[in-house]
Amino acid sequence: MVGIITYGTYIPRYRIKLEEIAKVWGDNAADIIGGLGVKEKSLPDMDEDSATIAVEAARNALLRRDIDRNAIGAIYVGSESHPYAVKPTAATVGAAIMATPVMTAADYEFACKAGTAAMQTCMGLVGSGMVKCGVAIGTDVAQGAPGDALEYTAAAGGCAMFIGDDNPIADINHTCSFTTDTPDFWRREGQAYPRHGGRFTGDPGYFKHVQGAARMMLEQMGTAPSDYDYAIFHQPNAKFPQRVAGMLGFTKEQIAPGLVVPRLGNTYSGASMIGLAATLDVAKPGDRIFVTSFGSGAGSDAFDITVTDRILDDAVFSRGAAPSVEELLADPIYVDYARYAKHKGKIMVQK
Amino acid sequence: MSVPRFWRKIPQRYNLEGTHCEVCGRYFFPPRNLCPDCRRDGRIVGHTFEGVGTIVTYSVIRTASDQFSDLTPYVLAIVELKEGARMTAQVVVENPEEVFIGMPVKAVFRRLGTDGESGVISYGTKFVPA
Repeated sequence: MVGIITYGTYIPRYRIKLEEIAKVWGDNAADIIGGLGVKEKSLPDMDEDSATIAVEAARNALLRRDIDRNAIGAIYVGSESHPYAVKPTAATVGAAIMATPVMTAADYEFACKAGTAAMQTCMGLVGSGMVKCGVAIGTDVAQGAPGDALEYTAAAGGCAMFIGDDNPIADINHTCSFTTDTPDFWRREGQAYPRHGGRFTGDPGYFKHVQGAARMMLEQMGTAPSDYDYAIFHQPNAKFPQRVAGMLGFTKEQIAPGLVVPRLGNTYSGASMIGLAATLDVAKPGDRIFVTSFGSGAGSDAFDITVTDRILDDAVFSRGAAPSVEELLADPIYVDYARYAKHKGKIMVQK
Repeated sequence: MSVPRFWRKIPQRYNLEGTHCEVCGRYFFPPRNLCPDCRRDGRIVGHTFEGVGTIVTYSVIRTASDQFSDLTPYVLAIVELKEGARMTAQVVVENPEEVFIGMPVKAVFRRLGTDGESGVISYGTKFVPA
């Protein structure tokens, strides 16, 4: 069966606490932190971007399992902060993991769900026999305008899922999607920061689409939330995934391992996949995982996943060979807003 | 740096692709096509370095050219790779005082520079404490 044959995550070490951002804009930090359920967020080093994060995530996946580079026939990188408007991040990743030149590659953009769309593409290519292994990456150095609500959560990080049918560590039993044309969040060509519809991003955006895909999955698989050991929902903040989990009938315990947003922030295209990676970090053979991403604009991709015995089979896969999400979240370097602004290129300098 | 010049060195900059003399066992980075010891008796093959090593010596750069001024203070080091070859690279640390001679380091993929606001972005290898 087509599934995940290895995975890797990368999160930069730098963090800023939400109190520090609130102090600059005169907001009430307690209200913001309480409202979002997020305490701090990651930010890139001066020389990190979506491409370097994607490469580190892919290389971490390869530390866990040394995939034959000739078997990698496709790389798709989902992000809304690709370093170039025109020139594929996926080609840079391909060269950096020595998978070029016999492969196809492209960059995806679908707000926060471009990475899971890449997973679906790779599933199709592997399932049809067109490639032996496809690499799907969600990566972002997320953008939020200074003073905008997004600035409190827009974070940096990425995750790579290698999709194949050679002894997967987790079978992907099924995937389905729910998509509409909904302008809840957007960034026009040439604009540095995205805009959003404020509260409109909630019910007509996030909740409608996450529920649409999730309920479709439960119906198509004939399952109930209680059939799953873990669940991951896109996490733009901590409130939305907890609320939608409750609406669908999932428990706090099911979403706990994958709910990393309170200490990480929203890594946009990386968010759902990092949540899945954090869950795979602790999963046992036989565990069943429910995943539903969300991307503004708007759509959701749902996945029904079963962890296989290979996740603990040292002859095939070495989970401890690359850092877990928990290890990547440990030992952060905290910065003040001035340093954050410098790292994010928000300070105007003479050129 | 011109685009073709950077492009030619992508295998070395991204993946530390060097060479190895199978006769005397020496490793070369950047790659050599001829072993300086074995000369025509040498047998040169490609070798991808593992990317781990130790700092031989280093310098803290506090005044940099315009392209790197955002990064100051930063550490530029000679790193001896495990296989024996030496290379010059930046060591990414929060505080330059953390760095010492003999420090174990490992390779990471970072931006090396950009050609202004609209030019090409150069990626490659830097090191972090292992």
